[in-house]
Amino acid sequence: MSEPLWEVFVRPRRGLSHAHVGSLHAPDAELALRNARDVNTRRQEGVSIWVVPAGAITASSPDEKDAFFAPAADKVYRHPTFYEVPEGAEHI
Amino acid sequence: MRAAADQRVAANTDLQDYFDAIVAADQKVEPRDWMPEAYRRTLIRQIAQHAHSEIIGMQPEGNWISRAPSLKRKAILLAKVQDEAGHGLYLYAAAETLGISRQELVEMLIEGRQKYSSIFNYPTLTWADVGAIGWLVDGAAIVNQVPLCRCSYGPYARAMIRICKEESFHQRQGFEILHTLAHGTEGQHAMAQDAIDRWWYPSLAMFGPPDGDSTHSEQSMAWKIKRFSNDDLRQRFVDMCVQQAGVLGLRIPDPGLRWDQERQAHDYTQPDYDELMQVIKGNGPCNRQRIDHRRRAHDEGAWVREAAAAHARKKVMTHV
Repeated sequence: MSEPLWEVFVRPRRGLSHAHVGSLHAPDAELALRNARDVNTRRQEGVSIWVVPAGAITASSPDEKDAFFAPAADKVYRHPTFYEVPEGAEHI
Repeated sequence: MRAAADQRVAANTDLQDYFDAIVAADQKVEPRDWMPEAYRRTLIRQIAQHAHSEIIGMQPEGNWISRAPSLKRKAILLAKVQDEAGHGLYLYAAAETLGISRQELVEMLIEGRQKYSSIFNYPTLTWADVGAIGWLVDGAAIVNQVPLCRCSYGPYARAMIRICKEESFHQRQGFEILHTLAHGTEGQHAMAQDAIDRWWYPSLAMFGPPDGDSTHSEQSMAWKIKRFSNDDLRQRFVDMCVQQAGVLGLRIPDPGLRWDQERQAHDYTQPDYDELMQVIKGNGPCNRQRIDHRRRAHDEGAWVREAAAAHARKKVMTHV
């Protein structure tokens, strides 16, 4: 009963990205898709499903701590709010 | 050596501090975060027990699918039982993120090494019991589960949000069944009342032992797995039900039930906790039947799992 684990991503409606909704076991991709239909979209929660073998995902840090993302912390100039806009400038 | 050991201890303290800070800030702990071993074990026990309850809970209701009084009721009950299966699956997946395998979970249930909610060891004798389960059992489950949507463990909290959304249909369908029966013939009204009479106290017992006797509560509250005490939740449930029973035109079988002006809450008779302990120990009316059925279903499904696995292997070989 050691069926592979699949991560399930659902596009809730057209115009939105697929988002992770959970995981399930299935022997192959086709059955994973059918299981995901039954487990995750019983109430029209989606218009498209992706199933991905859990082992195929490469993740960032071994835990969700922030060292990997630290370089972004001191670059406030990447945000528009960093800049002072002189009075009178329009549409900027 | 000594320095290395000191460093390890220091690192461990850092990890504990980081974990404590996440919990204190009402942030979520995620699967690959460091967590205290006891936190992990507590969550596995609780989530597994919850998942098993959903799976075993399919049986008392499944008992009435073929005998539902109309096609509409049958379709609704089928959808509800299918939801319970789905809830079990969300929860098994959440438990697995803590490092336990699905196979271990399934085995622990059928070997009786993990528990499920005692309420499902009571039989569904009449169609009105399906209504009482929806109104009282699912109602009690909702009161228990809504605070779990804010649980400190991310995957469990996310599963609970989904489950709670779906449970409200369950509770309403039960309420509607009882309302219909209560306003039907005299015999139907009596059947509805009989169901409430039998399900009321076991439903109160679903909240667990009184706070003074609850073994896991204090630590679970500190970890923000649990947000309210058993007795607080039980009180909340009683106060909700009294009003709803009035709308149904049915009586809650408790002669001690009365409004306490000072507490702004109802006084009520506690369920029989000795009975609860007996049922937990395996001596309820249906314990053995439930596990036997689950084991049989698992064994009888073996050929399907084997066939699907063989098909998957064959496809891999022919596509290479």
